[in-house]
Amino acid sequence: MSFINIASREINCKIVYYGPGLCGKTTNLQYIYGHTNPDAKGKMISLATETDRTLFFDFLPLSLGEIRGFKTRFHLYTVPGQVFYNASRKLILKGVDGVVFVVDSQIDRLEANIESVENLKENLNEQGYDLDRIPYIIQYNKRDLTHLASIEELHELLNHRSVPEFEAVATMGIGVFETLKAIAKLVFLELKKSHR
Amino acid sequence: MDAPSLMFEEEFEEIQRVCDKLYSDANGKVVFIVDKNGQPIAAAGELEDLDLTSLATLTAGNIAATGGMASLLEESEFSTQFHEGENTNIHIQIIGQRVILVVIFDQRSSLGLVRLRVRKTSVELTGIFDRLVSKAESPGVKSPLDEITDEDIENLFND
Repeated sequence: MSFINIASREINCKIVYYGPGLCGKTTNLQYIYGHTNPDAKGKMISLATETDRTLFFDFLPLSLGEIRGFKTRFHLYTVPGQVFYNASRKLILKGVDGVVFVVDSQIDRLEANIESVENLKENLNEQGYDLDRIPYIIQYNKRDLTHLASIEELHELLNHRSVPEFEAVATMGIGVFETLKAIAKLVFLELKKSHR
Repeated sequence: MDAPSLMFEEEFEEIQRVCDKLYSDANGKVVFIVDKNGQPIAAAGELEDLDLTSLATLTAGNIAATGGMASLLEESEFSTQFHEGENTNIHIQIIGQRVILVVIFDQRSSLGLVRLRVRKTSVELTGIFDRLVSKAESPGVKSPLDEITDEDIENLFND
């Protein structure tokens, strides 16, 4: 849930990167962290296992500039993708303003993507959100690899709502900022609508 | 209960005053308040060189995880946590099921004193946050977002 501080003139929003294990959620945040002006970002926190798998979450605070005298701050989180960390995923979705679903485009990960979307839907419902209404962007990641599902097939399987979608190679930064800008814009538009 | 979504100047000043007072009464190093989503609300004390944003997020994550444990054990919440370090200690208290009050202290203070002061402060903060939430929900309140146009939002992303 967004937090608007009239006293300090700040608008704070929470965006969660969701998706199956090893789809590139952390890589998205790492690329953003590595390619943002130092004044615009805070420290990136990764609560990971010894083998660098996300254990609880990654976190990156980011400023996106001012809008009518209000500083805009986005808190970016990732969830742990591995199936057995579902309790942690639920916690991280609390208070979410927008979700980016990172798809692993490899053919042999199709089922994992579908399961993860279903899991996202269920976990959002438990927190009182609806995947059909929340600001939502889909990113088709790993487009540089071989044995990929086509964008048409992925769209058909994963993007029933026809939300904005982006092709990406997060390791090289392709599509990373486009995805971030798109979700931030959707979050703002929704915020404005809901405060009316 | 929901965390506050809007903070007004009057309540912000009150909350800041409460933080300043607790910092001095408890002989703390740092006092801060964060909502359950990890957004810092107010802070007092030795804030130079302190990464408040990260601390706030990790505090909220910690409270969320402990809350998950509580519900597995059929408890509503574990409202107090204490972490003891070699030089620095952290006392964490959930206030009115909405926000989290954190006191960081060293050998200049003691757990007993911090607990005592936090207990007193909790009552005061609960009242302020209850008032804040009903004020934000009252129909006459004008949201600052009213003035923001779709064009402003577009412009934010045009550089």
